[in-house]
Amino acid sequence: MRALTWHGKHDVRVDTVDDPEILNPRDAIIKITSTAICGSDLHLYDGYIPTMKAGDILGHEFMGEVVETGPGSTLVKGQRVVVPFTIACGSCYHCGKHQYSACDNGNPADNQDIGMELYGQPMSGLFGYSHLTGGYAGGQAEYVRVPFSDVGPIVVPDGLDDDEVLFLSDILPTGWQAAENADIEPGDTVAVWGCGPVGLFAVQSAFLMGAARVIAIDHFPRRLELARKFGAETINFEESKTYEALMEMTGGIGPDAVIDAVGLEAHGFFVDNVVDQIKASTFLGTDRIHSIRQAIVACRKGGRVSMPAVYGGIVDKFPLGAFMEKGLTLKTGQTSVQHYMPGLLSAIVEGKIDTTFLISHRMSLEDAPKGYKMFHDNQNEVTKVVLKPGFTDTAVAAE
Amino acid sequence: MATQNDDAPPTTSKSGATRDAAMQALGHMRGDTLIGRTVTINRPRAELYAYWRDFTRLPTFMDNVERVDILSPTRSHWVVKAPGGKLVEWDADLTDDRDGELIAWASAKGADVPNSGRIEFRDAGDRGTIVTATIVYDPPAGVVGKLIAKMFQREPAIQARRDLRRFKQLMETGEVAISSRTRAQLQEEIA
Repeated sequence: MRALTWHGKHDVRVDTVDDPEILNPRDAIIKITSTAICGSDLHLYDGYIPTMKAGDILGHEFMGEVVETGPGSTLVKGQRVVVPFTIACGSCYHCGKHQYSACDNGNPADNQDIGMELYGQPMSGLFGYSHLTGGYAGGQAEYVRVPFSDVGPIVVPDGLDDDEVLFLSDILPTGWQAAENADIEPGDTVAVWGCGPVGLFAVQSAFLMGAARVIAIDHFPRRLELARKFGAETINFEESKTYEALMEMTGGIGPDAVIDAVGLEAHGFFVDNVVDQIKASTFLGTDRIHSIRQAIVACRKGGRVSMPAVYGGIVDKFPLGAFMEKGLTLKTGQTSVQHYMPGLLSAIVEGKIDTTFLISHRMSLEDAPKGYKMFHDNQNEVTKVVLKPGFTDTAVAAE
Repeated sequence: MATQNDDAPPTTSKSGATRDAAMQALGHMRGDTLIGRTVTINRPRAELYAYWRDFTRLPTFMDNVERVDILSPTRSHWVVKAPGGKLVEWDADLTDDRDGELIAWASAKGADVPNSGRIEFRDAGDRGTIVTATIVYDPPAGVVGKLIAKMFQREPAIQARRDLRRFKQLMETGEVAISSRTRAQLQEEIA
């Protein structure tokens, strides 16, 4: 089969590799019909995530058709499914509490050692996201092996296009969980850093959860425009001073809840960020964290901080004093996709959440390296690239 | 006599004397290196004990164990992979066996890698069962052997940790998690 493989920083290629096979009873093989490039794939592309190996197949946002099942799978050949990016067993203590992203068993035993060393407890398994999270082949390919296929994949009802449901695999539940983690109360003002896909879904989710106002912060005009379409007020941090603007816009109080949907590659021309960048490039630290610092400082006293953004390592100059003195609460974590999928699928069917607005480019899998470069170089215009194996009209923009 | 002033398990002690005393207390000591590992498994105690007690099934989750032959109700023969593609073998005697609670063993004379230990199963309420492995062993060729074993990731402490995780996966999910894409890849990784 053809698959998008990682070979090093800014070096991804479409190679011919062996087809996946059923290896465990609960496995299924899915023939991919749509797969997206995620903002967090750019962290791999930029070489920020350790434990990558040459030839690793990327991709954790995908869906397709069931073509083969193991004896323990509940899926049926021919079904269309969306697959969660988190690999969860469904039977451990954490899965029982619906903390699917903390599953004990999705990550092979040998790979759990690294997580123990880095984080104290092993990470769960994820598709196509380094060997720290299992070393599973991802879905930017023609076929993918899906373990625990009786627990993860959700069957798509007839009449829904791929484009409408594909984002159930990661970014929609991630944006929803981000808003849920902000413990929004009716009438709240919520500030969201980053208007990428997760930030934009967090904006929609926050309103659905009762927020009176959402203030979206970014520097890409196209992305701010999308946030405004969903009813958010906007701050372009290249034109306005973010903290000052937030304070003035909230009557001098600060937002009730803040959501950092930017993460470890935060852009922006601030002294602390430049220092972080130098440290990252000299391996003194891996995470550049301007957005979370600013969010904590701006948040009102007794407010809530939600952090869907991906961080992998250790940071310094974390405003722990502001965090403590203001009595803030922080919630974060990888998304428990399986927990949110059924409810969000209903929300899509009922038209409460719009997902297709996000897709700016549809391309063939063969053009995936071009897709990565475009997404990396032009985040203003390129909001989401969806790859379709067999797509013939190459590199055509959606509009 | 070592005295301990806290409630931490002796396997986590920084004091050699405390660890020595713990090894003495275990009895049937076959070596001078003590390791302990605990895992919580979301299954009933009796089920976990029963699976483990059939020693021929241990290779399903112990990667290093090639096979276990049952020689008598109390004696078994172990064939285990060692660093450098070698195999090591020994006979093991059951030194204690309490239904649903505990399995203890000690290697017989002439073992390639002398070892002894116990697996304990304790109720953990709605979280299932706490399984604790306590192992005393004699590393092959002392410190150098231990280093070599570590290089090949066949060091008993690392293996015990991974074996317990695989046991948990098998008992909770019915299978051991594999991230390989193809059978050929899987064979390569096991080798």
